[in-house]
Amino acid sequence: MNIELAQVSRWYGNVVAVNDVTMTIGPGVTGLLGPNGAGKSTLLHMMAGFLAPSGGTVTLDGTRIWRNHEVYRSIGLVPEREAVYGFLTGWQFVLSSARLHRLPDPEDAARKALALVEMEDAADRRIETYSKGMRQRMKVAAALVHEPRVLLLDEPFNGMDPRQRMHMMDLIRAMGTAGKTILFSSHILEEVERVAQHIEVLVAGRHAASGDFREIRRRMTDRPHLFRVRSSDDRRLAAALIADASSGAVSLTEAGLEVRAVDFRRFTWLLPRVARDAGVRVWQVSPADEDLESVFSYLINRSG
Amino acid sequence: MNGVIAGITYRALLGRRRVWLLVLLPAVLLALAVLLRVIGADGERATVELLRTFAIGVMLPLLGVIAGTGVIAPEIDDGTIVHLLSKPISRPVIAQTKFLVAASVVAAFATVPTFAAAYLLIGLEAGVASGFALAALVGGVAYAAVFMLLGVVTRHAVTIGIIYAVIWEGVVGNFVPGARRYSVQQWAQTVADQVSSSAFLTTDIGIGFAVSALVVVSVGAVLWAGRRLRSFSLTGDE
Repeated sequence: MNIELAQVSRWYGNVVAVNDVTMTIGPGVTGLLGPNGAGKSTLLHMMAGFLAPSGGTVTLDGTRIWRNHEVYRSIGLVPEREAVYGFLTGWQFVLSSARLHRLPDPEDAARKALALVEMEDAADRRIETYSKGMRQRMKVAAALVHEPRVLLLDEPFNGMDPRQRMHMMDLIRAMGTAGKTILFSSHILEEVERVAQHIEVLVAGRHAASGDFREIRRRMTDRPHLFRVRSSDDRRLAAALIADASSGAVSLTEAGLEVRAVDFRRFTWLLPRVARDAGVRVWQVSPADEDLESVFSYLINRSG
Repeated sequence: MNGVIAGITYRALLGRRRVWLLVLLPAVLLALAVLLRVIGADGERATVELLRTFAIGVMLPLLGVIAGTGVIAPEIDDGTIVHLLSKPISRPVIAQTKFLVAASVVAAFATVPTFAAAYLLIGLEAGVASGFALAALVGGVAYAAVFMLLGVVTRHAVTIGIIYAVIWEGVVGNFVPGARRYSVQQWAQTVADQVSSSAFLTTDIGIGFAVSALVVVSVGAVLWAGRRLRSFSLTGDE
């Protein structure tokens, strides 16, 4: 099944949270990547029928999602907030989900879902006694109990320990391979890299990039990098660096040199050689823009 | 009506601390009745005054606030409502189920103690016990509907509910003649007056108006809550 977003915008008063996004989420695992506050949750809530688009349409195989409770036969949702009915046991919680879906054999469905997230052992304990990662897994079990063809997860790895995270990643990958349409949001590049085949990047409410993970990774490493270099003779080093095509710009500052490298690989290869030939001693090389935000802002400027 | 939702809602409402809030007010009513009996002030007039001012005037709206908002507002607050809303169940059915739970709880916690308090003081004299019990039932149902709606439309349902119960119902409804026509407890008292033959209970609203108003408010609030739930939005923390 496909979730289609066509020119979707969402604003709150004067604040635009999602700006003219068009994308199609198909079978397999898609990662919705973006820094905090980029509008990932807003977009995901619109796909889940928990927010009306201010403009554009959000549909599931052509059917409108907003105000249509029938879509939940096909959609499973794992919200970000961890609150669940603490007074229920895990078993009661997942079973209630199966019953609310009016499944023919709710007990059997609940058992299968619990097995899928490996929570059988803790199933008879009240949810309020669970750790955050266990709650997350119970929520996933409740969302999977009717074997939905579409699964939406909002920051699913938050609060999980490494082992739980690994297990959840395997589970999501396996479901994607089985042909389910899975979308999860994350602000952590590494999570997306390990689970998603396809990535949609959202920055400041805009759809910044889309495609295969390797493609995006390449664009991320091929972008101009900004380095801060400190050496025994900044001016001489600057002159030597600017002579090569791999440096786009070099500026002298109080804190040292700022070099914009347009060819990342060549620059990292070149710098030590140029310094040696010029007789300059390099004290420090540090990336000035390595954080995810700057990668995202590069992507959005390029696509926009 | 959905059995699974009703079950979860009953457990959330009657589990642990909140049930003590529900028990407290009826306990005070019964204690006051016992006190009146002990000091010998257990005439029909005192009974009617106690039921009118405390049972219908204080206990009923507060039970309405606790149960009416309690069936839905905490779930909306902490986001657990999403578990129910992300299911192929129509939202009006969810609202109706929540209402039925709230109404049944208010009815049980208000009707029985009201009848018991009256019975303790004057037995079945002049139909006071059954009249006020019926008033507590119909008023409780209306309050459950109104406060559940309030729980759906605003995050400050409890505050607004208590202010409404105290200011509007308690002060304005009792002392401003024009406002009486728009007060749940005045409608409830009219119903009590209809059943009871007591001379100490007088109301100035027609029974036809009171009954229609109770029905319109209860049904309207539940329908409106269902409509609002259809557009329930998660705005996120972003």
